[in-house]
Amino acid sequence: MKTLEDLKKIREQTLQAMKVREGEHNCKVVVAMGTCGIASGAREVMAAILDELEKNSVTDVTVTQSGCKGLCDREPTVDVIKSGEAPITYGFVTPEKARTIVTGHIINGQIQGEWVVATQE
Amino acid sequence: MREISLHILDIVQNSIAAGATRVVIGAEADNNRDLLHIYIKDNGRGMSPEMIEKVRSPFCTTRTTRKVGLGIPMLVAASEMCEGGVQIRSEPGKGTEIEATFRLSHIDRMPFGDIISTIISLVAANPELDIRYEQTVNGELFCLDMADVRRELGDVPIQSPPVLGWLKDYLNEGIGQIGTIP
Repeated sequence: MKTLEDLKKIREQTLQAMKVREGEHNCKVVVAMGTCGIASGAREVMAAILDELEKNSVTDVTVTQSGCKGLCDREPTVDVIKSGEAPITYGFVTPEKARTIVTGHIINGQIQGEWVVATQE
Repeated sequence: MREISLHILDIVQNSIAAGATRVVIGAEADNNRDLLHIYIKDNGRGMSPEMIEKVRSPFCTTRTTRKVGLGIPMLVAASEMCEGGVQIRSEPGKGTEIEATFRLSHIDRMPFGDIISTIISLVAANPELDIRYEQTVNGELFCLDMADVRRELGDVPIQSPPVLGWLKDYLNEGIGQIGTIP
């Protein structure tokens, strides 16, 4: 049975783990969650990203959500914003593609070119 | 939308866009009254009476990228299809409350769906937002308030993977005890 008490233990363990990992990837991931994004599967994409980050023990990547940004026909979209690099927007993202974006781009730095739908300079 | 839980995710996005710091999400299923009642209350910037009238129309939106907004109109359509409806109460500067009702057994009612996934997405993407989830099934209540979780965590981020893992298990167990909504 899970209780709020468990959080105390998680707190100690996580604080130790955070110290080791801090600043390694320095990256922000934004999942568009307007009506268009949600209707095309953004929630499942978000779940896949969170799960893949956890599997790879990545704790220093911020995952957040935004509203619609006008790319409704290419949803679900995911922005990967690495510090010092131009933001990359992936489109038509599926949970499977999302996992590849995490391991390929976020962790190993390889932009998944064929899925990119927009870049900003 | 294929699930009511996806509608909830969508409506809460409006709360976030309205600058809310606290959102109460509730779902109440009652077999005796044959009713499914969903409510989302926020402390965002609220809407004027004129705006409340307009948001049911797909041609009303606050965003600037397109001229249509489908979130509320689709929820209205989904509930009216099931002998229910949507009520919106809002006051500028105070917040907004949206309620949707469905006849629980209606053949056209979409499944309630994966509410846990909806909550985890919201918590992970909005760690500063105080989300409270309440689910009542035939009078039995389960609730979880992120303000309580955050208090226990102290300086550990709520969106860190072990916390999200705990959250998923806690919600699963708690909701399992009072009963999932089909």
